[in-house]
Amino acid sequence: MTSGYSAWSLLRGAVGGHRHWPPAWPAVEPKSRYDVIVVGGGGHGLATAYYLAKNHGLRNVAVVERGWIGGGNTGRNTTIVRSNYLYPESARLYDFSLKLYEGLGKDLDFNIMLSQRGLLMLAHSRHDLDAMSRWANAMRMNGIEVNLLDRAAVANLVPALDLSPRARLPVIGGFLQPRGGTARHDAVAWGYARAAAALGVDIIQNCEVRAFLKDGARVTGVETSRGRIQAVRVGIAAAGHSSVLAGLAGFRLPVTSYALQALVTEPIKPALDTVVISPGTGAYISQSDKGGMVIGAMLDLFPSYAQRGSFAVLQAILASTLEMFPSFSRLKMLRHWAGIVDVVHDSSPIIGPTPVPGLYINCGWGTGGFKAIPVGGWTLAHVLATGENHPLAEAFQLERFVTGRLVDEAAASGIAH
Amino acid sequence: MLRIRCIHCGPRDENEFVCGGTSHLTRPPLGASDGEWAEYLFFRDNPKGLHLERWRHAQGCGAWFNLARHTVTHEILAVYPITERPPAIVERTPPSAEGSR
Amino acid sequence: MSAHRLPAPWGTRLDRAARVPFSFDGRDFEGFAGDTLASALLANGVRLTGRSFKYHRPRGVFAAGVEETSTLVDVGEGAYRSPNENAATLELVPGLTASSVNRWPSLRFDFGAINARLAAVLPAGFYYKTFKWPDWHWYEPSIRRMAGLGRVANASDPDRYEEIAVEVDVLVVGAGLAGLCAARAAAEAGARVRVLAAGPQPGGALAYRDPQRARELAASAERAGARIATRTLAFGVYDHGLVCAREKLVEQDGAQRPRLRERLWKIRARAVIAATGAFERPMVFPDNDRPGVMLAGAVEEYARAFGVACGRRVVVAANCDSAYDTARSLREAGMEVVAVVDRRREAERGRDPGPGTRVIAGAGLSAVFGRNGVSGCSVRQDAAPTGRAERLDCDLIASAGGFAPAVHLHSHAGGRLRWLDAEAMFVPDGPAGVVVSVGACAGVFDATAAAEHAELAGRALARGERLPPWPAPGIGRSLAHTALSGARGKQFVDLQNDVDLGDVALAARENYRSVEHLKRYTTTGMGTDQGKTSNVNALVALGEFSGREPAAVGTTTFRPPFVPVTLGTFVGRRTGALYRPLKRLPAEAWHVERGALFEQFGNWWRPAAYPQPGEDLHAAAQREAAAVRRGAGLMDGSPLGKLDVFGPDAAAFLDLMYVGTVSTLKAGQARYGVVLNEHGVVMDDGIVARLADNRFWVNTTSAGVERTAAAFEEWLQCEYPQLRLCITPVTSHYGNVTVAGPRAWAWLASIGFDAALAPKAMRHMTLREATWEGTPLKVMRASFCGELSYEINLPVDRTRALLDRLWARAAEFEAVPYGIEALEILRTEKGYLHVGTDTDGTTLPGDIGMARGVERKAANFVGRRSLLRPAALDPNRFVLVALDSADGRTLLPVGAQIAPEPPPTRTQGHVTSSYFSPTLGRPVALAMLERGGSRVGERIKVHHLGRVIEAVVTRAPFVDPEGRRIDGEE
Repeated sequence: MTSGYSAWSLLRGAVGGHRHWPPAWPAVEPKSRYDVIVVGGGGHGLATAYYLAKNHGLRNVAVVERGWIGGGNTGRNTTIVRSNYLYPESARLYDFSLKLYEGLGKDLDFNIMLSQRGLLMLAHSRHDLDAMSRWANAMRMNGIEVNLLDRAAVANLVPALDLSPRARLPVIGGFLQPRGGTARHDAVAWGYARAAAALGVDIIQNCEVRAFLKDGARVTGVETSRGRIQAVRVGIAAAGHSSVLAGLAGFRLPVTSYALQALVTEPIKPALDTVVISPGTGAYISQSDKGGMVIGAMLDLFPSYAQRGSFAVLQAILASTLEMFPSFSRLKMLRHWAGIVDVVHDSSPIIGPTPVPGLYINCGWGTGGFKAIPVGGWTLAHVLATGENHPLAEAFQLERFVTGRLVDEAAASGIAH
Repeated sequence: MLRIRCIHCGPRDENEFVCGGTSHLTRPPLGASDGEWAEYLFFRDNPKGLHLERWRHAQGCGAWFNLARHTVTHEILAVYPITERPPAIVERTPPSAEGSR
Repeated sequence: MSAHRLPAPWGTRLDRAARVPFSFDGRDFEGFAGDTLASALLANGVRLTGRSFKYHRPRGVFAAGVEETSTLVDVGEGAYRSPNENAATLELVPGLTASSVNRWPSLRFDFGAINARLAAVLPAGFYYKTFKWPDWHWYEPSIRRMAGLGRVANASDPDRYEEIAVEVDVLVVGAGLAGLCAARAAAEAGARVRVLAAGPQPGGALAYRDPQRARELAASAERAGARIATRTLAFGVYDHGLVCAREKLVEQDGAQRPRLRERLWKIRARAVIAATGAFERPMVFPDNDRPGVMLAGAVEEYARAFGVACGRRVVVAANCDSAYDTARSLREAGMEVVAVVDRRREAERGRDPGPGTRVIAGAGLSAVFGRNGVSGCSVRQDAAPTGRAERLDCDLIASAGGFAPAVHLHSHAGGRLRWLDAEAMFVPDGPAGVVVSVGACAGVFDATAAAEHAELAGRALARGERLPPWPAPGIGRSLAHTALSGARGKQFVDLQNDVDLGDVALAARENYRSVEHLKRYTTTGMGTDQGKTSNVNALVALGEFSGREPAAVGTTTFRPPFVPVTLGTFVGRRTGALYRPLKRLPAEAWHVERGALFEQFGNWWRPAAYPQPGEDLHAAAQREAAAVRRGAGLMDGSPLGKLDVFGPDAAAFLDLMYVGTVSTLKAGQARYGVVLNEHGVVMDDGIVARLADNRFWVNTTSAGVERTAAAFEEWLQCEYPQLRLCITPVTSHYGNVTVAGPRAWAWLASIGFDAALAPKAMRHMTLREATWEGTPLKVMRASFCGELSYEINLPVDRTRALLDRLWARAAEFEAVPYGIEALEILRTEKGYLHVGTDTDGTTLPGDIGMARGVERKAANFVGRRSLLRPAALDPNRFVLVALDSADGRTLLPVGAQIAPEPPPTRTQGHVTSSYFSPTLGRPVALAMLERGGSRVGERIKVHHLGRVIEAVVTRAPFVDPEGRRIDGEE
C-alpha cells in the first residue's frame, strides 16, 4: 500500500503542506493485454477489480470507464445501505454486502463513513403493518435483526414526522433495521479504486468501449476510444447502460433503462437521525452528515437514458416528503439529479455468465445497486476468476427468466427496491 | 415534463399519460417454447436512441397509441395509431442514434 | 440617516419615506422600503454577517444577488422559520426577524472558529483519511452536530403555496436591457410575450444605472403587449422546453399569520429567450473572504440601488476593464478609490483608467489585513514573488475578476458551452433547443450590441424566422488565473464551503482531476450558491495544477434549480386532503350518524366498524360479525369495482381475460373469476354476471378496479383491436348496499323488495334487474360471508334512501351495519381469500386452489402460457391453506413465518389472515404454506418475533363447510 491514511499522516501533511499525498489511483495508459477487463468504473466495477486482486490474486486487471469513476449511479444515489429482504436468496446476498460494508473502511484504508443510524420503514395502515410483520419475520428467519415498532416508538425515533391520526397517510408503526443506514457514495468508489490500484489494477478513465473483440463466438477483449485492449475474460458492470453493452456484444437483456431521481436540500442543523422509507408514499429521506436532506423516490414512468428526471415525478416525490414531514416545506431544494437504472421485472440482479463465451455481467440492480456494491463486486470477481458462479449469485442468473424462477421482492413486499 | 400529442386530444402534459413500454411486440402462441415466451415477456432492445413505445392518454380519451421517442433527448419523432406500423421517417432513423452525452 | 447611506439620487430602489424596522441576531435596526436585508445591514454598518461552513471564518456581505455566498440567515420563528435565506435577495419588510447561522454561542464569539486554527490538518477530504479507528461511529455524532447551517421550522408550515400553468409564444427570462428589448420586439411582432423579472422591479442593472431608461423600456414593452411578472425567477428548463419559475408573494414579516407565500409557474413557450445576465468573477488572493471583500459590481449596486457606501476607502482588485467603470462610479458616490490593482499588464488593459485613478498594473493583492473587517491590504508585482509589497489602507476591497455568463438555462436545455480563452469565460455555443440566449448571458456585454441582438432575436422568434447572427462576445481581456504566484495564506475559490487553492492543488495531486471529482472531493460549488462565483476559479485552478487548459478541464453540468427553491413551491396544493385525495362513500353521512369508525382502505375512506360505547374496533367487529350470522347486517359496498362490458364480442373478450369461462353463462347467471396478468400472477378476482347476450356486469375488488380496467383496455386496444366491445368503468355511477345474514331477505321484503328476488325465486350466483320504489336495481345474489347475501347496486344518489329505509326496520331483524373488519372475519371463517392480503405479486392460480379451473378450460387466456413454465409447475410452491392454532386459543399473528426449526432457517410459508371467530369461539387463520395441499393434519410451528406457536394445517371453510346457510333462514 502506498501512503497510509491516518490522523498521523494528516498531521504530517499539516507540516509539509500536504505535498506528500500520492495519487489515490494513478492515471495510466492502457496495456495491450489483461487477464481481466472490467467495463464500468462505478462502485460495482471497481469492487470487482479489487476483489479479483485481493480474493483471487489476479492483478493484471483493468477497469475501463467511459467518463470519470463513480460518475454513474454510484455518485447519483441516496446512499442507503440495508438488507431488509424477504426472500432468503436476496437476504443472503444483501446481508453479505452489508457485512462487507461494515468492515470496508478498514479493509480499504479509506473512511467510507458507514453510518448505521437505523433504517425505518413506515406503516400507514393496518394492512401495511401486517405486510411489515411478514417482512420483519421473514428477515428474522434469514438471521437479520429487525424490530417492529408501534406509533409511539416511531414518534420517539423521528420527532419531525407528522403523527397526526388525521394525516392522509397516518403513521401507525413500522419496522427498524438497526444495521441499516448510509455510506458516503463517492468514498466507496474512490476507496475501491485506491485499494485496487495499490494491488496493481489499472484504472483507465475517459475510455469508452465501442465494440467487443471476438474470436469466433468468444470475447477476447474490447475496442475502446483509447485503442484495442485484449483480455482473457471481460466483465460488464455498467448499470444503466447494460443493454447498450449487451447490444455491442450481440445479445439482449431483460432490462429496461429508467431515470431515478434524487435531490438534496440546503444543509440544516440535525433534524432527522434515521433513514426513513415510506413504501406507502414511495419517498425516502435521510439527513447527510453535511446537513442536507437527501430525498429519493419512485422511478420515472418511461424508459430513458437522460440523466434528468421528470418534473411531474419530482413534484410527486416532494408531495410525499411533505406529507410525512410538513415542517420541511420551507426548506429549499439545492440540487436535483437522476441516474439511469437497469429495471428488471423482478427487481433482482443478474450476476454471472452471458450467452457470449468469455463475457460476464453484473446488472439489473434497479433502484438499489449502491448497497450491493461490495457483494456485486465480490460475486462478479468470483465468476470472472473461477468461471463458476458464486453460491450467493446462483439464484440470480439469466436462466431464471426462462424458467420463471424469479426472485420478486417487489411483488412480494409491495415496495420497489 | 414531456409534452405529448395525443392522437385524439392534441398536445398534453406527460402526467395525463401512462407509458406501456416497447411497442410492436409479437405475442407468441400458447405452444411457444419457454425461451420464446421469455423473450416476449422480458427481453428488450432497450435502445439508447429511438424507441418505439406505446402510451395511453389515461387521464383523457383513454386511447392507446404509438410514439417514436428518443430516449436521450426525449424528442418525439412521430405519433401514430396503435394498429399501425411506424411511419417512414421513423424507419429511416437508425435505431440507436447516440444522443448527446 | 446612517453614516453609510448616500444621499439621493443614490438609492434608486429606496423609498426613504418608509422606514422599516427589523432585527438581526436580536438587535433592532432600521432600513428603508426597497432595501434588502443585506443592504440594510450594510447601511447600519454591520460588517460581520455570517460564518463559513467548515472553518467558521468571519464573513460579510459579498454580493448583491442570488450569488451571495456568505450572508445566510434564518428568518422567522417557530413554524414560520425559514433557514438559510439569502440576505442579498431578501426584501426588507417590517418586523423581519433574522439571525445568523452556523455559529455558537454568537456570531462574534463562535467556538466553531477553532476549526480555522486546525485548518492545516483539515484539508479537502480529510475525513476520508481518518476516523476509521476504532470506528467512524465514534466520531460521526459530533461531526453531525457541527454540520448544517440554519435550523428548520419546528411545526407544519402554516403558509400556502400554489401553481399556475401558462402558455405563451415567447418567454423572456430576465428583464434587464437585453430582456426588455427582446420582449418589446417580440410583442411588436405580434407574439404573446411574458417577461420574468427576478427582482421587485424590471430593469436589471439598468434599473439603477439609468432608471429613467429602464422605466421607459419596460413601459414600451408593456405597451407593445408584453406582460412583465416581477419577483418571479425562472429556476429551470425541463423536458420539451417547460420552464419553471418561482414567484415570491410575501416575505416573512413580523406578523406570523398564514398567507399565500410562493407560486410555481409552469410555462410552455414556443421560444424562450434567456436574458439572465452574468455573474462577476471574484479575484483569488490571500484572505479574499474577509468581511469587506466584495464583488465590485455589488459595491456599485449597493451604492446606486440602495444608497449604501460599503466602505469609504476602496481598493479595486481588478482583472477586467469593468473595474474602471466601477471605480468611476464609486468616486462619483464620494468613496475614495485608493487604487486599482490590476493583475493584467498595462498593455492588456482595454481602456483609459481616467484621470486621478492610481493604477498598479501587473500586480495583485498579497495580503489582506483585518479579521472581522478589512483594514488594509498589501500589493505586489507578480514578477517579484519575494519582492517588497506596498501596504494600502482601505476598508473595502472591490473584486472585479471578470464575468461568468449565467448560462444555466442554456445548459438546462442541453446547450453546449464554448470557452473563450482571452476573456476566461464560458459562453453558449449557439442556441439550445427552444432556448436562445441574449445579452450578457450570451457573452455579449456591449450594451448597444446586446440591445440590437436581443431585438432582432425577439422579432425573429416571434415570427418564426431565422435567428440573427450572434454578435462577437466579449468583455475585453481577462486573465484566467488571478492568484499571485507564491502568495501565502488561504486563497479561497469557494467561500461558503471554505475551499481554497491548496484544496484544489491537493485534489489535483491525488488525481481527483475530473472537474466532477474536484467538486465532490473538495465540495467546491456545492454550497447554497451552487458555485455561481466559484465555478470558473475552481476549474482554472484545477487546470493550473494539472497542466491543462480550462477548456480541457471543462465545467460541471448546470442542472435545475438555478437557485434553491422551497419544497413547498414544488408541492403547491398537493398537501393534506389534496395529497392523493381519498374516495368517499356516496352516503358517508349515514355512516357518520351510525358512529362509524372510518379508516383508509386502498384509497377509500370507509367504515372499519361501528363501535358502540365502550367497544373498540375489535369488539365491535366481533359483535357485527356475530350479528350477521345470527340475524342480518348491511354493508356499504359502494367501492366494489364495477365495469360495464358491452358489445357483440364481450363474451369472447372476457373469456380471454378470466381463468374461468364466461361465454357459457346464460343471461342472469354469474360466476366467480380470477384475472391474471401476462406473468400468470393473480391480479384481481370478482364476479362476472351476464346481463344480456352482449352485456356483462363485471365486479372487481375495490382496490383493483382501476388496475383491472386499465389492463382490459390495454388488451382490447393493443392486442385484440378486432374485437367489438367497450369497457365502461361505472364504479362511481352505482352505489352498492350489501344485505347479508339469515334474515336478509325478510328484511328486504319488509321494505317492499319484489318477491321475484326472494331466495326461492332467485338462486345464488344470479343477477336480476328490478325496481324498488321506482329505483332501478341490479341485484346480485353473491356472498363473501357465506350467508344469504344480496348485493344491491343502484343509482348512486339513491344509496342513502335505501340505507335509511332499511335502517328504519333494522331492529325487527336484529340487523346491524357492519364494517370491513367484520367482513374480514366472516370471509376468513369461510376460507375465502382476499386478493392482496392472502395473495401477493407472486401468487399463481394453482396456489389458491384454482388449478382445476385452469385445466378445465381449453381456450387460451391472459397469463396462461406463463403457468406452463417450470417455476409454475414446481410441486414445492406455497399454497393457500387453513390453520388452527394447536391450543385452540392463541391467535396466530399475521405475517408470522412457518418453519420446523427456529431462525435462522428457511421459511416454509407465512400466516396471511387471522381472526378470532365469534361463530366458533376460537381463532382461525389462513396461510401460504409450502406443499400446503398435502399437509392437512400436520402440526407446524409458527414464528413471530421470537415467539413460537404451534398450529395444525386444516381445511377451510371453518364455518358451514357444507354451505347450508347460503339460502338463509327458510
